[in-house]
Amino acid sequence: MNDLRHIRPYGDTWDDGKVQMSFSLPVPYGEEAKEAARQYVAKLGLLEPQVVHAMDLGEEMTFFVLYAKATHAIDFTTIKVPKVESPVMDFYEINQFIKDHIGRKVVVVGACTGTDAHTVGIDAIMNMKGYAGEYGLERYPEIDAYNMGSQVSNAALIRKAKEVNADAILVSQVVTQKDVHLPNLTELVDMLEAEGLRQRLVVICGGPRLNHEVALELGYDAGFGSGTLAPDVASFIVHEMVKRQTSKF
Amino acid sequence: MQSKLGLDERQIAEARALAGQIADDVMNFILDKTTVAIERTVLRLMGLDGVDEEGIPLANVLVDQVLRNGQLSGGVSRLVINGMLQTGLSLQKLGEKVAEGELDLFSLPAFEVESLLERGALEAERALDRIKNSRQARETYLQQLGEGPQPYVYVIVATGNIYEDIIQAKAAARQGADIIAVIRTTGQSLLDYVPYGATTEGFGGTYATQENFRIMRAALDEVGEEVGRYIRLCNYASGLCMPEIAAMGAMERLDVMLNDALYGILFRDINMQRTLIDQHFSRMINAYAGIIINTGEDNYLTTADAVEAAHTVLASQLINEQLAKRSGLPEEQMGLGHAFEMNPAIEDGLLWEWAQAQMAREIFPNAPLKYMPPTKHMTGNIFRGHVQDALFNLIGIATGQGIQLLGMMTEAIHTPLIHDRQLAIESARYIFNNARHLQDEIEFKQDGQMVKRAHQVVDEASALLQEMVDKGLFQSLSEGMFADVKRTPDGGKGRDGVVLRAPDYYNPIEEALYRRLGLDMGKEVSAR
Repeated sequence: MNDLRHIRPYGDTWDDGKVQMSFSLPVPYGEEAKEAARQYVAKLGLLEPQVVHAMDLGEEMTFFVLYAKATHAIDFTTIKVPKVESPVMDFYEINQFIKDHIGRKVVVVGACTGTDAHTVGIDAIMNMKGYAGEYGLERYPEIDAYNMGSQVSNAALIRKAKEVNADAILVSQVVTQKDVHLPNLTELVDMLEAEGLRQRLVVICGGPRLNHEVALELGYDAGFGSGTLAPDVASFIVHEMVKRQTSKF
Repeated sequence: MQSKLGLDERQIAEARALAGQIADDVMNFILDKTTVAIERTVLRLMGLDGVDEEGIPLANVLVDQVLRNGQLSGGVSRLVINGMLQTGLSLQKLGEKVAEGELDLFSLPAFEVESLLERGALEAERALDRIKNSRQARETYLQQLGEGPQPYVYVIVATGNIYEDIIQAKAAARQGADIIAVIRTTGQSLLDYVPYGATTEGFGGTYATQENFRIMRAALDEVGEEVGRYIRLCNYASGLCMPEIAAMGAMERLDVMLNDALYGILFRDINMQRTLIDQHFSRMINAYAGIIINTGEDNYLTTADAVEAAHTVLASQLINEQLAKRSGLPEEQMGLGHAFEMNPAIEDGLLWEWAQAQMAREIFPNAPLKYMPPTKHMTGNIFRGHVQDALFNLIGIATGQGIQLLGMMTEAIHTPLIHDRQLAIESARYIFNNARHLQDEIEFKQDGQMVKRAHQVVDEASALLQEMVDKGLFQSLSEGMFADVKRTPDGGKGRDGVVLRAPDYYNPIEEALYRRLGLDMGKEVSAR
């Protein structure tokens, strides 16, 4: 039995510690450059560094590919990563779940907020047609979905959520500059708190630069990265709603 | 050239005619307007440079004063030339005095009209002669040093520090790059002024300034002489300062400029009126400077699906071609953009990409087409990414593209590290050399899926253009026909900088450009 409390990289033999790496040093190409790279890797605490490729980049720079053996080990049994834990159901199961456990239509408002003009993410989750063969939320008979499109201000999103009495808000952030999506996402949560709406809503964000852990840090209930489909999001919303109903008693 | 794909010449000519109608519509809209950026460009070309005490460019100081005074509809030229004649100062000195508040352009008596026009014409000739000299210097270099074969190997540098950029650019030139593009700092396209001087801080890129252009140009000339190949320099005549940057590039001998209003409208939310007006003036400058423009249709496929939206790229290229012609650009300077952006999981995706690249080549036989690498489907798996880029390079050489913007295996991760670029160039050179004459050996099966794919894209593009002719470009953009992004004629940034020309509008540089480019267009508007 392999000991998961002491894990080292695996090349072709258990515990061989094999790592590959590549980097450049600002030194002219030559034997001295290769030796410098070898010694540098040894200083990183890696054993038996081997320079398998060195290339002159010009401007007194040299590129290396190396192999070496790592010595440090890590205890895999202590690793914890937050994830969306509700089980993912399919289109039919989700609609049935809503009928059985919520007993009314679930209202979802979605938007691509701030300066972002890229609706590819929110459209994939919400539009009738959906993405990769999975229908979007608009197609769900038990869900009322409102896709507000792109460049929606947080204020407009909240107005809409109040107007349609939303259960959940979806925020998509695809292309951002200077991480402007982070303050923008935080602002929405702050505004919801200020209006006393935060606890009533399931608030979710998604986009290629987001994941569940970041979302939790920003004060969201869940975050979804690239490759997410409508059932992933819908399953979370309905489970979260039911969880909150039951926890009230 | 015989079409290997059996494309129907008449159908393509009809599509061109439709695109021409769309372009004419746009021209009718823009020719009686000017913008703050065009007026600043005129001042820069006539020799105004530098900034005031607060770091505001003198060109902005002057144009803003004229705008506030409600006189921009007449253009800035008459006022400043009058000022020069009345004071005997150079434009630079005049600008400095105005900025310091020592001189009021509006209170000076009006000089006699004939002398004013004469001086204006003289200033314009001098300005365009400078551009002409710069173009001649390029031609001399090309004769002396020669250049790499097409597709030109195009790579980017993006450190934020012009001096660091130089190290990366020179290394890239030694590694085999033909074109170095200095990526601009995030958000520069939305600045309504051009920053000044050499800069060492930027985010995801380096400020485009005239001084940075000059420094990089000198560095590339130096390394070009060492490697025995002219190294072209590329930047971005786009965003709110589109024509100003075109002018700076023309003066400092840039060779390639991204120059596409549609890109700014769709992806930077720049007001469509503003940027289409700016584009015409900037393209005339690029045309006269011998600068190859690059258009950004390839980006449509980063938001829309590359299979479903392929025809939007072709339709947009045809419109861009027609607009470019109306600004005096020869086909040899039209680096129309297209891209290799299909999902790598598609069965036979390579065949379709190949068919489309061949199609673009056949439809625009004289244009140095700019072929863009995969970006949307690049992941953190750099090893697969390197293979995706290899397939892209294979199509580039096999279809005779003009400019190959090399993909980087680290596309989805960071701006290129010095060895990312080396690996990309090494791979491209290997493939280009190893398959140099593949295109001469290839014919396509006339009833095969590649030929069918190309025909389908042409059919769909024709249908789209037909629809757009009825709606016009502005309405079409409002409906999200390109890139799935919707923009309105009055939305976006920079609308305030658009001014309707008065009957006495005066712009000697524009007149000289029209004349030297042999364009009749706009004659009735610009001649008073």
